[in-house]
Amino acid sequence: MSTDSRPIRADRSPVWISSSKWIFVGVGLVLALVPFIWMISTSFRSEKDLFGNPASLFPTEWTLHGYQGVWEQLPFVLLLFNTVIFAGVTTVLTLLFDSMCAYALARLDFRGKNICFWLVLVTLMVPFQVTLIPVFIELFHFGWLNTYQGLIIPRATSAFGIFLFRQFFVSIPRELDEAARIDGASHLRIYAQIILPLAKPAIATVAVLNFTALWNDLLWPLVVTSAPEMRTLPAGLALFGGQHVTDHAVLLAGAVISLIPIALAFFLAQRYFVAGVATTGLK
Amino acid sequence: MSTLTRVRGPQTRPRAHRLRIPPAWLFIAPSFLILGVFVLWPILVSLWYSLHDWTIGADDQPWVGLDNYVALTQDAKFWGALLHTAEITVVSVVLIVILGLALALALSRESIGNRIIRSAFFFPTVVSLTSIGLVWRFLLDPELGLVGGIMSSLGLGTVGFLQSPELALPTVIFVNVWKNAGFVMIILIAGLKGVPTERFEAARLDGAGPWQLVRFVTVPALRPTLLFGTLIMTIQSFQLFDLVYVMTGGGPLFSTDTLVTLLYREGFVNFQTGYASAISWALFLVIVVISALQLRIFRYNDVD
Repeated sequence: MSTDSRPIRADRSPVWISSSKWIFVGVGLVLALVPFIWMISTSFRSEKDLFGNPASLFPTEWTLHGYQGVWEQLPFVLLLFNTVIFAGVTTVLTLLFDSMCAYALARLDFRGKNICFWLVLVTLMVPFQVTLIPVFIELFHFGWLNTYQGLIIPRATSAFGIFLFRQFFVSIPRELDEAARIDGASHLRIYAQIILPLAKPAIATVAVLNFTALWNDLLWPLVVTSAPEMRTLPAGLALFGGQHVTDHAVLLAGAVISLIPIALAFFLAQRYFVAGVATTGLK
Repeated sequence: MSTLTRVRGPQTRPRAHRLRIPPAWLFIAPSFLILGVFVLWPILVSLWYSLHDWTIGADDQPWVGLDNYVALTQDAKFWGALLHTAEITVVSVVLIVILGLALALALSRESIGNRIIRSAFFFPTVVSLTSIGLVWRFLLDPELGLVGGIMSSLGLGTVGFLQSPELALPTVIFVNVWKNAGFVMIILIAGLKGVPTERFEAARLDGAGPWQLVRFVTVPALRPTLLFGTLIMTIQSFQLFDLVYVMTGGGPLFSTDTLVTLLYREGFVNFQTGYASAISWALFLVIVVISALQLRIFRYNDVD
């Protein structure tokens, strides 16, 4: 966010460097943007137009059949609803549970605290795939396969979130909650009325990163759900892309719609994406 | 802090002692219940499965010791998957870091234009690999894709990038690099903000040219961020699943099969639970070894 224009790099560099720099950035931009432009434009194209004129970036004739077909040929309402529930509810629970846990780890002294922190780090390090099969069998025994609780509860806390919240809470001056302690405030009140309101940037960061990761996740919903009516968008698109749907505009329309919430979040809250990426990188 | 805290100390202590259940335990209970049941315990169970000939639904799950791991070392599919995963990881990470660094250097100055261009490069990193895989699969389709269309209108003929056992893996790597270069760019730009401007000024006064600035000032100053980017990208590439699942399904002829697509197939299609668990531990082991090596390499460089 700093506005100082630093007199580093570039400005005094020779012409060939700055011009090759802009060629590099320009080619990169074309490569970065064309797939998205093509994705959107092709979702408005007919199969005939696509096969007849594949070299064109834009439709010769715009049609909405992709966006009509997506509701008729896919269980798209259900896919969308399931994804909203899965990503939304899980994110809310994660924010609550992770921040509570982080409050205890950052602010309270209790027996086993070091072990707890160490266990959080262990879960951060072990790849998710190691636990996938045992969790699948657990969920089978609970009767939770193909249910919302099966999708949501195992993912309702994240070691990464606990870690990020803890780092943030540690940086909040202790004087604030100690003053409240003298006034007889309980830990619950300090957590809810002092710490959380100060932690809005951390909340936004965890919320945005978590929601995106869950909304985009393929492997977990693929494993937990097998019934078509319990699928989420990525799993539904991947499976229908493999078999039933042969109309490309329909699948791309589905992909475009599934991209809209993430794109909105990205443009409205980009600094929290960056903050999440950057804070984990620098601390 | 000082005097007040000392006076306050004794008043708060006894209250905490009187409680049977420390309040802290209530705060950590939801998270640790979930982590315990769905992460920590399953880690142990996974190890246990990997030592059995465990098949979902079978009456008998006999103990086989390390047989699953021995079988892994004799399984051509496993070596194939390991090799592809290693190729994807090494080539992707090198290209992602180089391109990310180049973009960061080109776009680090704060201006509205640069900020918009950065967003364009960062955007693919937040989009689902499923959508990206789908779009690139269609883009590269020899019959209807833009790439094939442009190539044939230039008279080059069409190429089935994902249908060819030789080209499928490089194509998956290309898309993986395409998606992630912006991630490394963003963390490096954040890292650059922490480098004191004076260092560049000093080097400049000593007569350093642009390349020398990058080589001797920027890159050394970014070493921790470069390490972090390399580590994250390595771990992510080793766990690559979505992109392969959507673009090639591991084919053609298993030429893009990765450790995680193999694990998925063994565990959730063939229901070889014990064997798939052994694969997951092999994956973990490889990640640990490589992360340790990278930490070692970067720290080794710290000496000079």
